[in-house]
Amino acid sequence: MKFCYEITGGDFSAGGSASSQVKKTLKQFNIAPQVLRRIAVALYEAEMNVVAHAWRGSMCVNINVDHLSVVVEDEGPGIEDIERAMEEGFSTATEEVRQMGFGAGMGLPNIRKNSDEMELTSTPGIGTRLTLTIRF
Amino acid sequence: MKQMNVQQLNQLIPGTILLEGHASTLYTKAFASDLMSDVLRFQMEQTVLVTGLCTIQVLRTAEMSNITCIIFARGKRVSPDMLALAEEHHITLIESALTLFEISGRLYQGGLEPVYR
Repeated sequence: MKFCYEITGGDFSAGGSASSQVKKTLKQFNIAPQVLRRIAVALYEAEMNVVAHAWRGSMCVNINVDHLSVVVEDEGPGIEDIERAMEEGFSTATEEVRQMGFGAGMGLPNIRKNSDEMELTSTPGIGTRLTLTIRF
Repeated sequence: MKQMNVQQLNQLIPGTILLEGHASTLYTKAFASDLMSDVLRFQMEQTVLVTGLCTIQVLRTAEMSNITCIIFARGKRVSPDMLALAEEHHITLIESALTLFEISGRLYQGGLEPVYR
């Protein structure tokens, strides 16, 4: 079962609505609450990254028998140095993002912590692609 | 481990209960932060969030982390769209004029525990 959602860059009031939809859908399945929280947190962090940094993006989730696969793609400034972006505490977030309670450089490390597989690729000036696998 | 419902924990502050989610939920822990990125890092079941940040993203963070009770400190006022989202997800909202420090102190004294030691 595959679902896709659009994400609008800079729209902080709608930020999180895609992840919310996925969580709602997954609640219908027999998934352990702890796993559901890991999925929701990973997706929400990824969605807020698009809202905070990119111009537009999408989140596609594929629900399989024993795992969830996720692709979050955006058009945006991309990430210059992925290794550095993965470090805890490193952030390029704006003051606006920080005022919303984010931008502390914990997002990507937290996505890695909450997923079983994570792959991040980016072309500066073009955009970023994040793929995740989370087992049920 | 001490457990308390919304009414019991609000007696420790006391604040204004704007909205009561699931009345039967029992809380054992509290986490105080204005940084949602940190809230998202820990297991938050049966945990009360105390925060001075008052934006829609606090509600989203709670929803994703399975947090069902939020106390807003320092006299922050909840907006109608925050209230609507809280209603949808059965999240209890409490407003208090006290500082984050004082609310945390009262909850700690009342027996709630940190999310980790």
